[in-house]
Amino acid sequence: MTSHATSAEQNMMVPDLTFEPGMKVFNMKLGMWVFLLSEVMFFTSLIGSYVILRFAHPDHFPEPGVVLNVPLTAFNTFFLICSSVTMVKAFAAIQKGDQQKFKLWLLGTILIGAAFVGIQAYEYSLLVAEHFGPSAAGYAPVGRGMEEGGPIVGGPLYGATFYTMTGFHGAHVSIGVLCLIFVLIQAMRGKYTAADHRGVEVIGLYWHFVDLVWIVLFTIVYLI
Amino acid sequence: MATHAATAEGHATGAGHDEHHKLSFIRTYIFSTDHKMIAKQFLLASLLFLLIGGILAGLVRWQLGFPGQPIPFIGSMFSDTTAPGGIILPEFYNSLVTMHATFMIFFAIMPLLVGVWGNFLIPLQIGAPDMAFPRLNTASFWISVPAGILMLASFFVEGGAAGAGWTSYAPLSANPEYSGVHMGQVLWLVSLIILGFSSLTGAVNYITTIINMRAPGMTWFRMPLPTWSLFVTSWLLLLAIPILTGGLIMLLFDQTIGTGFFNPATDGEPLLWQHIFWYFGHPEVYILILPAMGLVSEVISNRARKPIFGYHAMVLAIISIAFLGWVVWGHHMFQSGMNPLLGTSFMISTIIIAVPSAIKVFNWLGTLWKGDIHFDVPMLHALAFVAMFIIGGLSGIFMASAPVDIPIHDTYFIVAHIHYVLFGGSLFGIFAGITFWFPKMFGRMMSPKLGKIHFWVTIFAYNAVFFPMHNLGLRNHMRRIYDPNSYEYLQPLQGLNTFISIAAFILIAGQMIFAFSFFYSMFFGEKAEQNPWKSNTLEWTAAGHPPGHGNFPGGTPHVYRGPYEYSSPESNEDFLPQGVPPEPVRRGAVPREPGFLPTGD
Amino acid sequence: MENWSWMLDESASSVGPQIDRLYYIILVITGIVFVATEVTLLYFLFKYRHREGHKAEYIHGNTKAEIIWTAIPALIVLAIALMSRGLWAEIKDPANVPADAMRVMLEAKQFEWNLTYPGPDGELRTGDDFTVRNRLDIPLDRPTVLEMTSVDVIHSFFVPDFRLKQDIVPGMAMQMWFQPTRAGVFPIGCAELCGIGHTRMRGTLTVHSPADYQAWVNEQVQGAASAAEPAAPAPATQAQ
Repeated sequence: MTSHATSAEQNMMVPDLTFEPGMKVFNMKLGMWVFLLSEVMFFTSLIGSYVILRFAHPDHFPEPGVVLNVPLTAFNTFFLICSSVTMVKAFAAIQKGDQQKFKLWLLGTILIGAAFVGIQAYEYSLLVAEHFGPSAAGYAPVGRGMEEGGPIVGGPLYGATFYTMTGFHGAHVSIGVLCLIFVLIQAMRGKYTAADHRGVEVIGLYWHFVDLVWIVLFTIVYLI
Repeated sequence: MATHAATAEGHATGAGHDEHHKLSFIRTYIFSTDHKMIAKQFLLASLLFLLIGGILAGLVRWQLGFPGQPIPFIGSMFSDTTAPGGIILPEFYNSLVTMHATFMIFFAIMPLLVGVWGNFLIPLQIGAPDMAFPRLNTASFWISVPAGILMLASFFVEGGAAGAGWTSYAPLSANPEYSGVHMGQVLWLVSLIILGFSSLTGAVNYITTIINMRAPGMTWFRMPLPTWSLFVTSWLLLLAIPILTGGLIMLLFDQTIGTGFFNPATDGEPLLWQHIFWYFGHPEVYILILPAMGLVSEVISNRARKPIFGYHAMVLAIISIAFLGWVVWGHHMFQSGMNPLLGTSFMISTIIIAVPSAIKVFNWLGTLWKGDIHFDVPMLHALAFVAMFIIGGLSGIFMASAPVDIPIHDTYFIVAHIHYVLFGGSLFGIFAGITFWFPKMFGRMMSPKLGKIHFWVTIFAYNAVFFPMHNLGLRNHMRRIYDPNSYEYLQPLQGLNTFISIAAFILIAGQMIFAFSFFYSMFFGEKAEQNPWKSNTLEWTAAGHPPGHGNFPGGTPHVYRGPYEYSSPESNEDFLPQGVPPEPVRRGAVPREPGFLPTGD
Repeated sequence: MENWSWMLDESASSVGPQIDRLYYIILVITGIVFVATEVTLLYFLFKYRHREGHKAEYIHGNTKAEIIWTAIPALIVLAIALMSRGLWAEIKDPANVPADAMRVMLEAKQFEWNLTYPGPDGELRTGDDFTVRNRLDIPLDRPTVLEMTSVDVIHSFFVPDFRLKQDIVPGMAMQMWFQPTRAGVFPIGCAELCGIGHTRMRGTLTVHSPADYQAWVNEQVQGAASAAEPAAPAPATQAQ
């Protein structure tokens, strides 16, 4: 085990062979999988509540695009999907030991992720200006491009569920960006090699998961 | 984290060099990454919360046993908004009831089972040098500290602590207009959200450790039952806690920023909260009992000097309880107004979950049969667990039958049931665990004399408190009412209520014997031998009380057989540890690779 | 000592005896299991207590025993579930609400029960309805349906002698029916923690003979008429 833990040449991407065979992955990756299962349950509770409330009160939920800016968010969605691609590129680069490309792709992922959060914040500011707020008292949208003072579309459950679901997703992206920045700093210090880039793989798993959640959210919140 | 896991592994072999890098006081006792120290931190913190929860229960019982009378001795310490002149106000009573349950469930029983034994036993029993993520483990404990502080602080904010019951049914909990509590409820919610992170990080750690870090030969079906039950419990935590967190967040938004998830005034759905709460809450019930079942199985098999009866059946029962636990939540809501057809399906799934519990009881009895039973203190507690769990399990059948649940729902019958499971079950299991593993944790034996006094006081007082609560429930005594005497038909029950309260004070006082014995034995107890209970599992073969950093100085141990080989004909003694090689190897024959060894079980 | 009893008080509604019967069946079954398991436990503890020179038998289990003690409890609990199913549907299934029942509206709020009765015309939501606080008066000869709503938090309408309990969730229209079997006065309680005044949210249920019920209705209608100008319904004061 000693040689295993200290040797730099040892491939760290396989599980510790001194133990009884468990899952065929290293601990951190297994830990991330397990953690992501709990994330699935967390988003299930939010999305499940949304589905139940929407079925119980369809009048609270206007047609797609009436209140929400679908084109803007569709662009943002495309953006986030791109960041999954750049993450894959970064991972592929470090697998080959190409430090330069690895850091560039990583930086690209960070920038796109940060831009996604920025666009989401901008979207929120537009929506709030259109009286589409999370609280029941702050809910009075009349629909995009309609005259002020017209009839309010939908009901407060729309605002509450929209901000809760997209807000917590945005928080997950933000945490992902912070983690990626941490990984980039570590990369600058030369921490990752072709033989040991566990941190990159693990944060990559998280990043892809967050993207996947967004595709689900975008579909059910904006499109359906 | 990766480097850290590697460091922990490095320690395993470097334990001989310990004196070269003595850790500072802070790294050893405060921000330790050693799973055994973290277990002790959880133990001390949760015993403190157990005491606080007990005191709150005492205040509740004072009001019920002696309604409207000033609390003796400490009555003058209360503020005018809680108990002016020592007389408990109704709003304070609601807070007491709520916070007693909250502290006991989330801050005492859960960490006492999962935090303490998950940390202490898992790496030691599977032969790992530490947890998979030691630093995450440190974080798990320290995240729970602010949660506890916030929960305690809520007693001192304006409006007092949360008073909507530990179930916090909306809209009472969602709107301060209805309960008179705003800040207290917000702190309650924030505290539980934070605590959820603690449980979650713990669960990720336990699951990863058990899957990936078992010693060679420690196959799934050679794992000791405490580890098995903690493994299954960790899955329940992992999947149930985030559900609650989602619900708590929505309730927090209702309470603070005015969303209307559970507020019917804006078309929100109060029943949605109940579904979320109990979807978490029923797995939670098993989180609170499964680890205790594991501890008790270990103690019974050891002290009866006999293999556990039906090891595989025990494991399968734990797993099937964990699966069924997800489809029974609606039985908490039979009278809630949900669709009666749903009630029928929940009734059937609920009643089926009684079966694995029954299997476990019969297997414990089977273990005792033809055994060689030693009545040490841990065994007394373990046997009390079985005897009391039978009562708690059987009383559950009444409310599982939806029509019979109608009259007894929300009465003291339910209070009796939950305490037979949570106190009679979980807490006796915890006492069995603490008294059994105390020597491994602190290097000294707990006083058997004090232990026996504590046990007998507890078992008698406990039954005097909770058994008559069944009868109160059958006389239609509602739970959570401040003054039962306001109902004429409950007035004749005052004598019984007073009896219960006096027994409760004896029960609480009796726990001081345990507290004294715990701290006294820690410093002055008889020094423990390496393996005082002549146990088979790996933790007793690791040298030291507790073992040093890395647990197994000679390197990862090898495992040759199942954990309960007591009185095996293979050995001259009445036990055969998991790590002792079989005969040919012991005689100095060519050591074989672990993978080629006979499985033994 | 009657406080320590495991017997139920005599019920006063049509479903009461059936619920009680089911309760006693479960009581007997669980009682037998309780005595059998606890006695076995104590017997084993005595019989197999440690004695010098004695060694436990090396037994790992017995598949036949496992199957038996899985199957038998499974059959017993399934039987209990099946027995419960029909009765549950009879009590709670909306399809089983008697058509000829008298309908009364119940509005729960912190911390009182407001009951609105059909006036002499026997129809709810007409001009001659009258409202009474904290008392439910019903005739013996016909079933009653409560149409229940809550204006604030969840309350639970509990009539112990009728074996009746139903949570009232704000925002939902709940229904509950019952058929009294004897005249008398019975307590009503709130069984769901509903706030500071939860403990005093109580009322009385009075079952009248048909003639007495008519007399009571007339009295209420006249009372309401004479008290119409001053303020709220006068009978409220009779409540407690």
